[in-house]
Amino acid sequence: MSEEKKEHKKEDFEPKIVGFLCNWCSYAGADLAGTSRIQYPPNVRIIRVMCSGSVDSMYILRALLEGADGVFVGGCHPGDCHYIDGNYKARRRTVLLENILGTLGLEKERVWLRWISASEGQKFADTMKDMTEAVRKLGPNPIAKHWNL
Amino acid sequence: MVLVTINSKEYEAAPDETVLEVCKKNNIFIPTLCHHPSITPYSSCRLCIVEVTQKGWTKLTASCSLPVKEGMIIATNSPHVQNGRKILMELYLARCPTSEQIKELANKLEVQKTRFKTYTDPDNKCILCGLCVRVCNEVMKVKALGFAHRGAKREIAVPFQEFSHVCMTCGACAFVCPTQCINLSKLSPNKPVPLTSDFDAGMAQRGAIYTQFPQAIPNVPVIDKKACMYALNGTCKSCENFCEKDALKHGQEDKEIKVDVGSVIISPGFDTYEPPKGDSYGYRIFPNVLTSIEFERMISSSGPYKGHLARISDGQPPKKIAWLQCVGSRDESCDRQYCSSVCCMYATKEAIIAKEHLPGVDTHIYFMDMRSFGKDFEKYYDRAKDEYEVVYRRCRIPQVEQDRKTKHLSIRYVDDDGALKKESYDMVVLSVGLQPCKDLAEMSKILEVNLNRYGFIETDPFFQVKTSRKGIYASGTVTEPKDIPESVTQASAAAGEAAKDIAALRGTEIIQKVYPDEKNVSNENPRIGVFVCHCGINISGVVDVKKIVAVAQTLPFVVYADDSLYTCSQDSNEKIKEKIKELGLNRIVIASCTPRTHEPLFQDTLREAGLNPHLFEMANIRDQNSWVHKNNPLSATEKAIDAVRMAVAKASDLSPIHHAKIPVVNRALVIGGGISGMQAALSIADQGYETTLVEKESDLGGHLKEIYLGAQGEKPQVLLKQTIEQIMSHPHIQVFTNTVVDHISGYVGNFTTTLLVKKEMSPATIQHGVIIVATGGLPYEPTEYQYNKSKDVLTQTAFEKDLFEEKSYLKNLKEVAMIQCVGSRNEDHPYCSRVCCSEALKNALRFKELNPDATVYVLYRDIRTYGFREDLLYQKARKNGILFIRFEDDHEPEVTLTDGKIMVKTRDTLLRRELHLHPDKLVLSTGIIPQDNTELAQQLKVPLNEDAFYAEAHVKLRPIDFSADGIFLCGLAHSPRFIEESILQAKATGARAATILSKEYLETKGNVARVISRNCVGCQLCVEICPYDAITFDEEKKVVIVNEILCQGCGACCVVCPSGVSQQNTFTKRQIVSMIDAYLE
Repeated sequence: MSEEKKEHKKEDFEPKIVGFLCNWCSYAGADLAGTSRIQYPPNVRIIRVMCSGSVDSMYILRALLEGADGVFVGGCHPGDCHYIDGNYKARRRTVLLENILGTLGLEKERVWLRWISASEGQKFADTMKDMTEAVRKLGPNPIAKHWNL
Repeated sequence: MVLVTINSKEYEAAPDETVLEVCKKNNIFIPTLCHHPSITPYSSCRLCIVEVTQKGWTKLTASCSLPVKEGMIIATNSPHVQNGRKILMELYLARCPTSEQIKELANKLEVQKTRFKTYTDPDNKCILCGLCVRVCNEVMKVKALGFAHRGAKREIAVPFQEFSHVCMTCGACAFVCPTQCINLSKLSPNKPVPLTSDFDAGMAQRGAIYTQFPQAIPNVPVIDKKACMYALNGTCKSCENFCEKDALKHGQEDKEIKVDVGSVIISPGFDTYEPPKGDSYGYRIFPNVLTSIEFERMISSSGPYKGHLARISDGQPPKKIAWLQCVGSRDESCDRQYCSSVCCMYATKEAIIAKEHLPGVDTHIYFMDMRSFGKDFEKYYDRAKDEYEVVYRRCRIPQVEQDRKTKHLSIRYVDDDGALKKESYDMVVLSVGLQPCKDLAEMSKILEVNLNRYGFIETDPFFQVKTSRKGIYASGTVTEPKDIPESVTQASAAAGEAAKDIAALRGTEIIQKVYPDEKNVSNENPRIGVFVCHCGINISGVVDVKKIVAVAQTLPFVVYADDSLYTCSQDSNEKIKEKIKELGLNRIVIASCTPRTHEPLFQDTLREAGLNPHLFEMANIRDQNSWVHKNNPLSATEKAIDAVRMAVAKASDLSPIHHAKIPVVNRALVIGGGISGMQAALSIADQGYETTLVEKESDLGGHLKEIYLGAQGEKPQVLLKQTIEQIMSHPHIQVFTNTVVDHISGYVGNFTTTLLVKKEMSPATIQHGVIIVATGGLPYEPTEYQYNKSKDVLTQTAFEKDLFEEKSYLKNLKEVAMIQCVGSRNEDHPYCSRVCCSEALKNALRFKELNPDATVYVLYRDIRTYGFREDLLYQKARKNGILFIRFEDDHEPEVTLTDGKIMVKTRDTLLRRELHLHPDKLVLSTGIIPQDNTELAQQLKVPLNEDAFYAEAHVKLRPIDFSADGIFLCGLAHSPRFIEESILQAKATGARAATILSKEYLETKGNVARVISRNCVGCQLCVEICPYDAITFDEEKKVVIVNEILCQGCGACCVVCPSGVSQQNTFTKRQIVSMIDAYLE
């Protein structure tokens, strides 16, 4: 119930973000943000996957239906994928997913796909800042409370 | 041990600890200004006051100098304490109203403004805490600083207000000052010299203890003995008070270690050319003149400028940047006659990245010849020009001038029309060349190897890893300036040669670790143990570790949860093993740092305890939590609890994974019997492995048969003859000539190939573990420039043969013209063929030797004699009177025949007029084109690039591997290259092949995909998406099968599988979903 109370006060709203990071680039980039002590908002819960191309759209939808306010997918830069082209697969899938989000009444800006390399700790931190603020502006996930299947 | 009560909670403390120390250790906040762990407490700032209750009465007292006593009752945040601190903070605010640090602390203690009168000097920042005086006296033992005057006039001062003669300008006082108010220039006449980071090209400062660079191996800090005060004076040692693990070893001395080895590889790398201070470019005098290395650090997102481009003089983003090429390359005046090979491309890259970081910035590159000779480099150059609008100007710049006021830089250059122009820039980047590393001369003396005339390691002209001393090999830029792919290739080649010398002893010094038998846990319910790490104070300084443990104990299947100071320490690992045995734990979750560094260590602990290593999950609560949320301890703790919750959820669903072992056929198949294929075969066979060499022609040798001259007098035909002899007499090499590959099946370690031998009825079938593709290239057959219409128009290959045979007509020729880039760098073949410039000059020089009076014209676009060839061929050719005429890309020469006489019409860009030449012979420098590789590429399931050469797995990091395991690539099949470069690649494939052939069996990776075949509907979506062809369709059973050896574990197949039967080990859908649920439910 406390969650719902929070929704009324937008400035107090702390977005819940689930982040899928590929093992080779983005997860390493997030680690580098740590070793470089670059601070960012603590709103993301990170799930390590081997490749951004292994992130099933079902994971993203499930997270959103269960109340995540945003989902982040981080992969290697184009051409740098450890598995040749997994990041391109992720990109294709994200474009499709954006259409589905619309039909659910969700803003496509709730799902972010970004390329972050192992050396881009600053970029990871910046992206987390930007995403947290962007999702905070969007407000709480509107379909989270309608999830009663 | 004494028991004390702090804020109604009992804590254990050592008898010699102070209350402040106990509080800090237990993460209880107490503000301080005058406290430093290395310095005796002084209780001057009073902010650390706490309320102590003893014998029924209470008092406020400074905690920093208060030793703990048994039964002490302490309140750190009682209203009494808070009021006391607030009044103190107001007094500080009155004394130092402008200090940011004081304002920040006041804010933290909820003091907004002061009720007291502001101090007489409102700019004063000194709070008279005396930390500087104490650090100077106690730690540095210099006693340069002291207090002067009394009462309101009290201040920090040097004796007699004069410059101190004992001050070492070590900066310790400024470092410890809580309000950063010490100005060293008022204390000592000596200017402090900041320590700068070599890795950041001097653009960032570092401490006396520092990590050399972020990816250093081993990634541990080092002590700079030239700057460490303990090493210099025997003082300080302050660092020891901060390292909880007692890891600092000041007494460490350099040690001489003796190692018995069978071969040696030299790879110390290069230094970059340092433009001398005061030269005409103004480097180190004009702030906005940078070297390319400095610029590289500036544009690096992890560098000192975080990737933001800024002028050094004013921090403004530059609007216009110029790159000056060939600084310390191709320059006799600084004794660097060679070309550094890499600067053209890195300048292009930097110009592109500058545009990406700062859209709208103008980037101009001043160069002499654009040397984009590497694989796919020409396309990159074209993109820089066309897409990114990088401006290239062909002019060597002698001087940079600076406007004193604006610090703008200006350059004078000659444009294409010959006019002298001046252009102003915000920044100038000097593309500095590569030179031998500093200690190479000394190292070469110790190793007794020769250096060449440029100061690099001398190598055999054909075998460029061989030094002058047997058994010692060299690789990388230590032999010649070169790019990353060439360095990686040469490194593999050197490894192969070094391994060959000691092949007989392979594996004899390996000690296998023995693990206990694995416990079968498949019938057990999950029993999870959670171990939470403090990492000293790295984690527990922010995150409430005890709270995580408390929550973890309540999670499903968790039977044990505890915390430890360092989970990775040996005693903690012993404890994990004990607990596994004692409590029958069968899944382990460790909440600590990152699995990328510590997963293998913990998995080993599991194995030592008889558990399958994959029954393990890590929660990253340091790198991705405490280190990045240090100002937000409550949310960080919440995040850490969620991370543990998610890890436990995943762990409860983990099952053991057993790596399948598949035996390796220790034989190699080499396709192609040219010099590359033969050298690859020799490299493999010399290491003791059976090798089958297949050549489609009737004899070995390939295109080497047509090369007669070497640039430095070496003899390609002798090399060919010797190589063939070695092949034919080698006990481990089986040669098939007149043979083509008919069909290849299988996978790494277990290929089966059928060979079709011409004129024989039955195909031969061989089993092998690896494949080397050395199918070569083809010479371009010209259709332009009247080739085939006149016997006087010939190719370099034909001309070379005549030169070798010293045909009599050569002496009668008066004029010879050569046209470069025939079949290269044009629409049909957009790449550079790399060798034609050097081939032409080699032949031109030989011709001049035979006929010194003849005139030789070379019609070219860019002369690409990279590396030492610049000096050996280009400069030599110019000195020998060979005439170079440059033509523009869109003004190709025209060749006409009149009565059999040749006329070449070309526009000379230097004279800016049309020239008519009437050479007796016209020699075309034809390029190299790919073979028809399509069929074999399909058989091998490997890709080709846009130009139809084979495409390697990674241009820089895996230059001779295919992305398909067990298949390697060398020679002209890869891209155009010289004989010695082909040999390096061939030797390198030998080393790469040995990484597989030396194994008895291959082991599958842990996180491979697996298919529950009874549920597979045979839709084959996974077959299509797999980038490694690791999934095949079983036509009989109508289900798919995963080849676990080929599977690399990307998980792509699991996403496309509509029935969810394809699952990735340790990343199954159920596991990932359980993590999502654990967080959000």
